[in-house]
Amino acid sequence: MSATLVRVEPSIAGVGDYLELMKPRVMSLVVFTAFVGLMVAPVHMHPVIGLTALICIAVGAGAAGALNMWYDADIDARMARTASRPIPAGRIAPGEALAFGVTLAIGSVVVLGLLVNPLAAALLAVTIAFYVLIYTMWLKRRTPHNIVVGGAAGALPPAIGWAAATGSVAVEPILLFLIIFFWTPPHFWALSLYRVGDYARAGVPMLPVVAGEAETRRQIVLYSLLLAPLSAAPWVLGYAGALYGVVALVAGALLVVLALRVLAEQGSEAESRHLASKRLFAFSIFYLFLVFAVLLVDGLAANPIARIAA
Amino acid sequence: MTISSTVKDVGKDEQKAITGVKLTEQQMRARRARSIAIAISLGVLVILFYIVTLVKGPAVLMRPL
Repeated sequence: MSATLVRVEPSIAGVGDYLELMKPRVMSLVVFTAFVGLMVAPVHMHPVIGLTALICIAVGAGAAGALNMWYDADIDARMARTASRPIPAGRIAPGEALAFGVTLAIGSVVVLGLLVNPLAAALLAVTIAFYVLIYTMWLKRRTPHNIVVGGAAGALPPAIGWAAATGSVAVEPILLFLIIFFWTPPHFWALSLYRVGDYARAGVPMLPVVAGEAETRRQIVLYSLLLAPLSAAPWVLGYAGALYGVVALVAGALLVVLALRVLAEQGSEAESRHLASKRLFAFSIFYLFLVFAVLLVDGLAANPIARIAA
Repeated sequence: MTISSTVKDVGKDEQKAITGVKLTEQQMRARRARSIAIAISLGVLVILFYIVTLVKGPAVLMRPL
């Protein structure tokens, strides 16, 4: 029997590198949408339990991010946008990232289950598993529909927040899920339109790489046309007030206009094509933040005493 | 090589093994920062369990204002 000794250099990874591994910008949007899901739920929730739920959701999202970076380190190394991430840059060893991600994933689910409720913990576990196993390991390198299906993972946090507050799932959090689900494709495809070279080099079959830019632009418009009325659904179905309805419709119309501009720029100079895509990408982030922020304000305005007492 | 010199060499090797890996200044600083971060995280977790126990267990933090 022979043993191979591999000399491993002691780590120079700082705390900041591990925080970067948790994708803090993605995490902030996850925490925000979960917070809205938690706040619009029609029950009183003790603030300590609410804060505990949000911490667990944040850590769970960070764990999913770390595991994604562990698995995708080879892709990240080939793309300009991601080459400086801790693993491809050599600051964190892949094994360290894997151990970090698994520990946080198990820890966040267990703590959420023990301190808040089992349904919220189960949904968090499904979210992490979906993001890591279904999106990262299975779909991302195989199909241009990767981010369409994978978007389900990013869409679940409001439902986790709702489940943390109520112990159940209802139509309202499903609507919030659908809003993020249909928001994801135009958001990521707008990014992939001006990063198409990066994705092609890395061998990631994003829609513009596989089906071409023209098809991607058409798909962006189609999803935006679906998203705009869908985001007004909480108002139409009576879950939110007129303030939310008006903001959702106006913001949805702006999103469609920007998507149509992306379509109209087809065939023009690279600079103006990229500018239209960048504008849509930036606005899509603002759009999601705005829709959820107004939903939160609308909910607080509708029932301020119950919320404050909670 | 004589037997005595071989024994001496083995002694040196053992000494090296006992000395182990020498960390550089940067590696030591990074390890210390990571250790402090882990300690703070565990401390926060303990406090969280303590406060949630007060809220959900005997419910002493659930009194009406």
